[in-house]
Order: sequence, then C-alpha cells, then structure tokens
Amino acid sequence: MKNVSSLFKNNIRQYGMLIALVCIMAFFQVATKGILLVPMNMTNLILQNSYVLILAIGMTLCIVSSANIDLSVGSVCAFIGAIMGTLIVNMKMNVLAAVVICLIIGLLIGVWQGFWIAYIRIPAFIVTLAGMLLFRGLTITMLQGLTLSPFPNSFTFISSGFIPDIFAGLGLGVNLTTIIIGIIISIIYAYIEFKNRAEKSKYDFEDLPLTLFLIKIVLIIGVINLFFYWLALYMGIPIILSVIGLLILVYSVFTTQTVPGRYIYAMGGNEKAAKLSGVNTSKALFLIYVNMAFLATIAGIAFTARLNAASPQAGMNFELDAIAACYIGGASAYGGVGTVIGAIVGALVMGVLNNGMSILGVGSDMQMSIKGIVLLAAVAFDVFSKAKSKS
Amino acid sequence: METFILEMRNITKLFPGVKALDNVNLKVKKGEIHALCGENGAGKSTLMNVLSGVYPHGTYSGDIIFEGKECIFKVIKDSEKMGIAIIHQELALVPYLSIGENMFLGNEQSDGQFINWTQTHIQAKELLKKVGLNESTYTLIKNIGVGKQQLVEIAKALAKDVTLLILDEPTAALNEEDSNNLLNLLLELKRDGITSIIISHKLNEISRIADNITIIRDGSTIETIEKGSEPICEDRIIKGMVGRDLVDRFPKHVSKIGDVAFEVKNWNVYDPMRDDKKAIDNVNLKVHRGEIVGISGLMGSGRTELAMSIFGKAYGKSISGTMIKDGKEITLNSIRQAIDHGLAYVTEDRKSAGLVLNQDIRSNISLANLKELKRNLLIDSNKEIRVAEEYRKKLGIKSPSILQKAGNLSGGNQQKVVLSKWIFTSPDILILDEPTRGIDVGAKYEIYEIINKLADEGKSIIMISSELPEILGVCDRVYVMNEGKIVGELDKSEASQESIMKCIMRSNGR
Repeated sequence: MKNVSSLFKNNIRQYGMLIALVCIMAFFQVATKGILLVPMNMTNLILQNSYVLILAIGMTLCIVSSANIDLSVGSVCAFIGAIMGTLIVNMKMNVLAAVVICLIIGLLIGVWQGFWIAYIRIPAFIVTLAGMLLFRGLTITMLQGLTLSPFPNSFTFISSGFIPDIFAGLGLGVNLTTIIIGIIISIIYAYIEFKNRAEKSKYDFEDLPLTLFLIKIVLIIGVINLFFYWLALYMGIPIILSVIGLLILVYSVFTTQTVPGRYIYAMGGNEKAAKLSGVNTSKALFLIYVNMAFLATIAGIAFTARLNAASPQAGMNFELDAIAACYIGGASAYGGVGTVIGAIVGALVMGVLNNGMSILGVGSDMQMSIKGIVLLAAVAFDVFSKAKSKS
Repeated sequence: METFILEMRNITKLFPGVKALDNVNLKVKKGEIHALCGENGAGKSTLMNVLSGVYPHGTYSGDIIFEGKECIFKVIKDSEKMGIAIIHQELALVPYLSIGENMFLGNEQSDGQFINWTQTHIQAKELLKKVGLNESTYTLIKNIGVGKQQLVEIAKALAKDVTLLILDEPTAALNEEDSNNLLNLLLELKRDGITSIIISHKLNEISRIADNITIIRDGSTIETIEKGSEPICEDRIIKGMVGRDLVDRFPKHVSKIGDVAFEVKNWNVYDPMRDDKKAIDNVNLKVHRGEIVGISGLMGSGRTELAMSIFGKAYGKSISGTMIKDGKEITLNSIRQAIDHGLAYVTEDRKSAGLVLNQDIRSNISLANLKELKRNLLIDSNKEIRVAEEYRKKLGIKSPSILQKAGNLSGGNQQKVVLSKWIFTSPDILILDEPTRGIDVGAKYEIYEIINKLADEGKSIIMISSELPEILGVCDRVYVMNEGKIVGELDKSEASQESIMKCIMRSNGR
C-alpha cells in the first residue's frame, strides 16, 4: 500500500492535470445535464479545438528548448488562410497544389524567423512579435480587408469530413470501421507495453508491480475503446482527428525517444552544458522555429477549411491559446520541462471549459476571465508542488 | 601603544559541509596598509565578506571590533555607515551609467526630493582629481578601461567618507602601468590617514607597499609578518602560504607513460570581447599516453581559456596554431568534432556548464554520446539505463537510483556524473578543469583514484587545478601558466609548491 501511495505522490505532477481534466469534464457533464459528452458534441469539441492542439505541439518545443514562445502563430494562420483564399477562391487553383504551396511558404516563414532567433540571437519574443504584426498586416493587405468565401467541398472536407465507413452497407447504426480502428490501436498499445516490460524485467529494472501494470493497461484500453465507440455513435473519426493523432504520436516519440528530442530538453535545462556536450544549439533553435511555422501552417489550413472562409481577423489570439495550453499542461516557464501530451491535455482543459461554458450560456467575456484564472491556478499549482518536492 | 582600527577575533564561518574560516584573528593598525595573503580558497574573500556584512551577523561566530566598538553588521549598508568599503574583484559598476552616476549610486546627492545632478558631478570631479583620474564625470563606464574603472571604484568609496578600504585582488586584471598607479594611490591615501586591507597574489607588490602581512591558510591565520622587524622576503610569504603536510591525501600511483598522444603547438587565442587582447600567447604543450599532466596557475591565468579553445574552439577568436593527435594534424572547428576526435573537457563549473540539473543522472550521463545508444532512429532506453547503472557502480555515484535529479546530488557525486558522461564518450584525451573544486576530502580521494585508473587505461589526462598540493600529488608533469603564457614546465621530481610559485612570481616581476 505504501508503494501505491508513493507511486501516486511521485506522479501527481505528471497526472495532476489529467485528473483536473477528468474533474472538469465530470463537472460540466453534470452541469450541462449530459450534453457535454453526447457523441455529437464530443466530435464538435475536437473539431473546434483542432487548431489549438496542433499549435500547442509546436509551442511545447519552443518553450521546452529555450523558455521562449512564438507570438506569430495566430497571424501566420491568418496569412496562410489568405493565401489559400487567393489561390483557391480567386484563382481557382487545384486544392492539393494550393496546400503544397502553403506548406512551402510556411517553411520559408519559419526560416525567416528562425534565422533571426537562432543565428542573430534576437530574443524569440521580439522576432515573433514583429512577425505577428508583419503577417497580420500582409493578411489584411492581401485580402484588402475582405473575407474570401466559399471554398470548394474538396477543401472544407479537411476539417468537416470523416473517415468513410467501409461497413456502411451493413446498416448497423454505428460506424464499425471506427470501432475496429479503436481495437487495433489498443492491441498495438498493449503489445508495446508488454514488450517493454519483458525487456525491462530481463535486466531487472524496477517497474510497476504487475497488478498495477495490468490495471493501467486495462484502464487505458478501456478509455481508448470508449472514445472510439463514442465517435462511432456519431459520424466516426474526423479526418482532422487522424491528422492530429498522427502529429501527437510523431512528436511524442520525437521528443522522448530520439537524439534531437533529447537535445531539446538538454538545451532547455542548461544551454551551456548542452553546447559543451556537443549539441549545436543554434541549429536546434533554428529548426524548432521552422517547425513551429510549419505546424502553424497546418493549423492555418485546418482553420480556414473549418471556417470555410479566409478572413482578415482569423487566428486572433491563437498564439495565446496555444501558450496557455502548454503552461496548463505542465511546461516550465524556465525551459527544459514539458511534454507534448501535457500540452494536449492543457489544450483540452481549455477546450472543455470553452465548450462547457458555452453550453451553459456563459458569456464570452466571463469565459475569458475564467480561463485567465485557470491558467494562473494551474501554473501556481505547479510552482507549489515543485517547492514542496524540493524540501 | 599602537591603536588597532580593526580587530577580528576568533571568526569561524561554516558553509554546508565545509569550515571556511576556523578561528581567524586579524588585527589592523590605524593608518597602515595591511596585506592578506593565501592560496585560492584559503578564506581571504570569505573573511572580508564577513567584515563587510555580506554574510550578516549571526551566520558566523566571533567578534568584530572596529574603532573600539563591537560591530553587528546585518547588511552591507551597516558596514558602509561605519566607513568600511570593499572593492570586489569583479567590479560593481553599471556599464551604461556615467562615472558620476556610478560614484554616487546608492549614495545620491539630493536636496529633499530630487537628485541634485550639478552637485553630484561637482563632487565627482573633485574625487576624480584626488584619485588622479583625468576623465569627464559624464563618460560612460563601459568606455573606460579596467584600470580606470578600478580608480572610479576607489573614488566611489572615498565619496562615502571611507576610513577602511578593502581591495580584493585590485591589480589582477591590470597591466604594469595601471597597477603602479593604483599602488601609488594607496600610498597617498595612507598619508591622508586611510587604512587599507589589500588581498593580492602579487607578492612583489605586497612587499613593496604593505606594512603588515597576515597569512591565511585553510581557513586559519598562520602568522602576521611585520615589516618593521624584518625585511619581508617573498620566499617567506610563500612558505607560509603553502606549508602544510601531505599525508596520504593522494592515492599512490605510478604512471606507465607511453608515446606522445596529443600536442598543441604555437597556440594563440584572442579574447572574444577585445580584439587586441591575447588571451593565450604562443602556448606549446604535449601529453603522453597514460600520463597525467597538470596545468597550474592562479585564477585568471588563462588555463580554462586554453582548455576551451582546444576543445573545438569553445572559447576565443582568431585561434591559430597546430594540434597533433597520434602523429596526425587535426583541426577542430566545433565541439562535436572535438568529441568525435576523442577529446573530452570536464568543465570547471559543473553546475552552470557541466550538468543539466533538472534532469536525472541517466540523461546526464548519456548526453554527450547519445548516438551510441541509437537503435534505428530511436534511443534504446533500456540500453541507456544499463549504461547509466554501469557507470553508477563503476564510479561509485551515491544515489538511490539513476533517476535521481542531478541537482539533488552532492558536489562529489555531481562531479562523478560529469566524469561518467565524458568517460562514456570513450575519449583518448581528457581535460579536467578543477575536477575537485568544492568537494570534500573523501570524495576528492575517489576522484583521484578514478583519474589514476583512466591513465592506467592508456588515456592522457590534462588536469587544471588551483590547488598546488593536488597538482603535486597527482600529476606526472606540471605546466605553470600565467597571463596566458606557459611560464614553466616542471617534472614530478622538480615540482614543489615553492618552485611553482617561483615560476609565477618570476613572470610577474617581468
């Protein structure tokens, strides 16, 4: 029993926000009389927050590597939307070609900002503040202050489409493909966990006791399958969810299990030590901001598709949502600490708050205030628990 | 009957795990120049920090009697009020403020609510004249040299009606001419009745201006030499500074020395901040396989700069010279290249440059050689754990597990983690910069054993250390550095504390 409580204590920081998320969801589930988690609303929740989820992944890398943030991402989203609008709506260009052009432009934006940040060593805060103004200005110039609309279905599909059900003909009433995908994912997950455990026990490393290990696996598989079943009750897996899922997977593995990922944490913890251990910190910083702009481009494309319009005001305050998500998710404002999964949980906390309060009819003014308090409370919790663990 | 302006009685100051000062006594006569001598880390600066209130009353034991009154200093302001001013080695001037503004910083000349700038600059001008500095009081600090900055510091102290002036290594960063000016100024101030305490390594300067010399070693007063009674001979001071017994503080070891493994020829490096200043001046050195070579010298003699410039140009600019490893000339343009060529550099300051303190032991050990752990694209985390465990056992890192954060370890264990990191890169040449700084005697012994073992494996060790006994106890050969140059090379048989100090003093005299 002592083991369990110490285990809990050691991981409270890691799981604290996840527990908070579950509590917030439970609260709104009751308060909204069950509307929050009806299959349709849950799908909506994901679609609504897709852009924050994508941006939060990139922002995590910025914060972890250098305790710095990218303020330009909202404007970059809008700028990409404007280019999409001009290419597709005005010039009638093929959607795929337009997406490729936008991704290239996104990379160039990243190269531009990364150059000033990493090689000239202008603080990222300033460079991206300049970028925020620059790209917002370019957006308005390009759109001449007007909103471009509508986009063809082949484009809006990105943010409103679902993975088709190959068993639709059976007339089951649920999306069987979705359920099967859920099962496949759980099997892969369990396989990896068991393989890891076997290898660890081969070398006699400490690990979770077997019962706890099994409880954990059953719990996670349960959540995965419930989630996919819920999706199946509505329209199945949104296309954008599969994109986000892929990004989360790739970036989680990248940050925790690859050499460059390790370098990011090391330089965030102590840049001098990382440099003297052979890490090319300038190059790493450069690539992190290129990556951020690239993800902002993807978020911009997704958001434009969802809005079905290119608007000069699009993407306002996106950067702040993404930054807040990272900090709520446990990233340290001093660098070196933070995870992709944490940022995703943080983004979901914000998303559920938004969505739940909207259902309850709370005005957007109050919503903003409440989100501000939540951000402060989450970081304060982090600071307190850190101070406690030190003593 | 002479009067003492200052008496410090039985001062004892403890730091966690270290007794920095042990019953130190210091008596300074009114109107004299009193010198404080001792090796790096002997406790001179700590003593002066106690005196000036940097370490407030209550954090040490013992009494301070100043002008006949017992003093209880809680903050630096308290000692300043009594007329004690300390000028630290690192000058405390604000670069983007003018000379006048700096001189009255914290001591602003105001009439009621507002600062009276006219009055400030008039007084500043007066004081500058007194210290012999011919500069406008509106000149920014960043635009004048270190020598002149030093004079501004003294003028700043005079502005506070100082009666006791403490200078911590005032001439360490100055050239010959500036040093001379400064020493003359001190003699002048003495004529005006100001008492000074000067901490210095430059014994020729001390014997020139000091009336009395107190020697501190290992946190205790050894003796006070009076100028009046006998001529102060430098050898006498050196003996007092270093004379201590060396009983088994170092493991016995006979090196098996092989061929030349690494050689640096005509190495020149310029200061990255100042284009005209040579940080390293035509250095030649070599190290054999299995040999432990020491680099001795005082702080600021260029040892760290030399090591870092060799290690993939981590310091300096316009670096010239050749580097030969295993008979082949190599060029190292980045730290990565240096590591790949089998060099390793264990930094002087493990907290700020050696470790990622918020990460665990495991990640710190693997950091410099992650590619060794790669399986396909990913890091083999099981192998990483195995490696970390292996080094934890091999080097005796005392911690409950390898998941312990590096920041929570003791100094000795932190150093072992840093050593593990570099040993894991399987280097041929290991440069250790102050490998035992700030760690206790027992852990030091273990570090020496690790160093000896590495040498036995055929690696070449270059050890930088400010502690002379350590250099003598561990190294097979010693280079002595001063002011960016190698000023002596001594074999184990010739090396002694006196002979090393002599090399440094001789080069200072020139």
